[in-house]
Amino acid sequence: MRKVAIYGKGGIGKSTTTQNTVAGLAEMGRKVMVVGCDPKADSTRLLLGGLAQKSVLDTLREEGEDVELDDIRKPAYGGSWAVESGGPEPGVGCAGRGIITSINMLESLGAYEESEGLDYAFYDVLGDVVCGGFAMPIRDGKAEEIYIVCSGEMMAMYAANNICKGIMKYAQSGSVRLGGLICNSRNVDNEKEMIEELAKKIGTQMIYFVPRDNDVQRAEINRKTVIEWNGECPQADEYRGLAKAIDDNKMFVVPKPLEIEELEQLLLDFGLLENA
Amino acid sequence: MGKAQKLVQWDPHNIKEKLLEKYPPKVARKRAKQIMINEALENTTPEIVANVRTIPGIITMRGCTYAGCKGVIMGPTSDVVNLVHGPIGCSFYAWLTRRNQTDGINEGMENYIPYCMSTDMQDSDIIFGGEKKLQAAIQEAYDIFKPKAIAIFATCPVGLIGDDIHAVAKKMKEKFGDCNVFAFSCEGYKGVSQSAGHHIANNQIFTHVVGDTKTEHTEKYKINLLGEYNIGGDGFEIDRILKKCGITNISTFSGNATYDKFAVAGQADLSCVMCHRSINYVADMLETKYGIPWIKINFIGAEATAKSLRKIAKYFDEQELIDRVEEVIAEEMPAVKNAITEVYPRTKGKTAMLFVGGSRAHHYQELFLELGMKTLSAGYEFGHRDDYEGRHVIPNLKVDADSRNIEEIEVEADPVLYRPRKTPEEMAALEKAGVDFKEYEGLNPMMEENTMVVDDLNQYEAEKLVELLKPDLFCAGIKEKFSIQKLGVPMKQLHSYDSGGPYAGFVGAVNFYNEIDRLVNSKVWSYMKAPWQENPELSATYAWE
Repeated sequence: MRKVAIYGKGGIGKSTTTQNTVAGLAEMGRKVMVVGCDPKADSTRLLLGGLAQKSVLDTLREEGEDVELDDIRKPAYGGSWAVESGGPEPGVGCAGRGIITSINMLESLGAYEESEGLDYAFYDVLGDVVCGGFAMPIRDGKAEEIYIVCSGEMMAMYAANNICKGIMKYAQSGSVRLGGLICNSRNVDNEKEMIEELAKKIGTQMIYFVPRDNDVQRAEINRKTVIEWNGECPQADEYRGLAKAIDDNKMFVVPKPLEIEELEQLLLDFGLLENA
Repeated sequence: MGKAQKLVQWDPHNIKEKLLEKYPPKVARKRAKQIMINEALENTTPEIVANVRTIPGIITMRGCTYAGCKGVIMGPTSDVVNLVHGPIGCSFYAWLTRRNQTDGINEGMENYIPYCMSTDMQDSDIIFGGEKKLQAAIQEAYDIFKPKAIAIFATCPVGLIGDDIHAVAKKMKEKFGDCNVFAFSCEGYKGVSQSAGHHIANNQIFTHVVGDTKTEHTEKYKINLLGEYNIGGDGFEIDRILKKCGITNISTFSGNATYDKFAVAGQADLSCVMCHRSINYVADMLETKYGIPWIKINFIGAEATAKSLRKIAKYFDEQELIDRVEEVIAEEMPAVKNAITEVYPRTKGKTAMLFVGGSRAHHYQELFLELGMKTLSAGYEFGHRDDYEGRHVIPNLKVDADSRNIEEIEVEADPVLYRPRKTPEEMAALEKAGVDFKEYEGLNPMMEENTMVVDDLNQYEAEKLVELLKPDLFCAGIKEKFSIQKLGVPMKQLHSYDSGGPYAGFVGAVNFYNEIDRLVNSKVWSYMKAPWQENPELSATYAWE
């Protein structure tokens, strides 16, 4: 089983990209479990068709210790499994501790056992790696490959670089590696070239360039992944392409994050200079 | 431990070197500044570094901020419900461990000291926040006890997850109407020692309790006794003496305290500070807000007690009181003299080490002096520089980030209640007559030349000091008790007094003389080695030797 974690700046489209990619993998016949690690518990609604599901932490709180795998794992699109870690309301408690608790719970309930026949476990992680809890999926023995969703916007690239620092820290002591950058296009000038260059500098690859398409929004309104909503549309093929690229990926590296000056220079070289 | 091995002549510089030699260079450099040799320098007195972080890896004698707030300051108060917001261990291990006594056990009085109240936080409370559980716990405590006040203590995880305990306290206080609810942000990790916890506790008591009373004290010679915690009944003995002299102690912070005793503190005419470290800022605030001057006193040691009583009498400056104090001293002293005459020949020339508190390592030297015992080395766990070198260093104290982390409250003169107790002329005259207001000379002047003053002593250095200097007695707390005794040296706990006390005042001095006589003259220490270790009945050698 390959354990994959998706990181990236808040609002960049991690959950959308993850679910659409998982749909592509499921279509290829892969068995996937998606673990949403966002306290808002909205990482699996496209795969579940909008079903609001009870999170691991809600279940733990209500059921006490008497929890079974089926209480927290719901069947989703294409034979995949969907789990939401859940967490506190904004402004209270400790969401990081929640993620640690729920991933440990999944492990102890045997969600990752060979008998489950999983090909992939996907962790969809909230925003930046702000504390130990959000780094849980990249600690030793959890996710082994990381993909960072980014775009050609400065703050998205900045966040991607920062996440690489977190990965580097855990890569030195464990088995986690960076699998590549996924560019979720925002239609920035020279976006593809710039992200390719950023990836090269970090020591990885841009594994896929996902063009911007309003069909993604249309599918979301219908609480579906693009593939499920309209498998014929061009954007569905893009997600199939991303799924295949991940499935075929062999390039796993310890990233070399850039200094902030290098990052700014990159933006100047590819973006601002031509307009200046 | 044979007396023959005892170092008769030792050079403190040599000892200091030996204490430091095992440390890595950076640690040794830092610790060197906290180990001071009490010697006259050319133009100046030696400085000591104190109230700084303990170096990680060192097994310190210090406690945490929560211990200082909940255990030391609020622990002795009988009629305030102390509710700990946190995992159960923080409550359990702070439950009835301080030996502070109370007369709250008497009929008609509320006494919550025997209770251990906790919100018992679980994993899910950490994740989802513990405010609701805290609110429910406050309600439950209120419903069961209907207390005057409920105090809430934050433990480490509460600070990490950011539960707003002050908002919950405020809400519940407004809801109840007849119960003061207030909270302490005394997470254990704050500050560098329990000293931060004392400060946090006293600030909140001053903000939420002092002044909240209908009681009016009209007695003559009203004082506050600040920084006395009634361990082993010390406070009872001091109160007995004060009462006999006709002095009314209206408010002790916080030995045998009640809510109302805190609340009336603003009505005293003099604040008497025992433990300078834990309370000097309260004395300052009482002076600023209500106009009550403060003096440093010490009721540990018979001579010191007499001296303190005379100082109080001098302040009130009325012949009636001055005469009464002399009568009391004259009545009490014969018993003390009898006891010391009996004990002195056996204790004279013995040696002691004291590593305790923020004032005890200083105050108890008075008793050892009376016993003819020399203090070889002493230091505080949580003292600051002014507790060692005297208050004159305060303007030069470095305020570091750790101190800034502890709230300082701004106090102004109360528009109604501020009333200077003496005119500036009277104050000046008293100063001239030797009543030194707001003055504390610290521990160092009490120590003989070439003794060692060590701040924040740790297990390694304690054992090393005992090994090198072989004192006849070591005084510290429970954590040190058994490791020192295993070295064959009697150990007296000066936090909790083992099972003894009181040791304050005149009766206390007698108790202490007898206790120390018993400890330093016990034969038991000569039986540390089994007979066969000293005189084997058989002897043999290994074949290969």
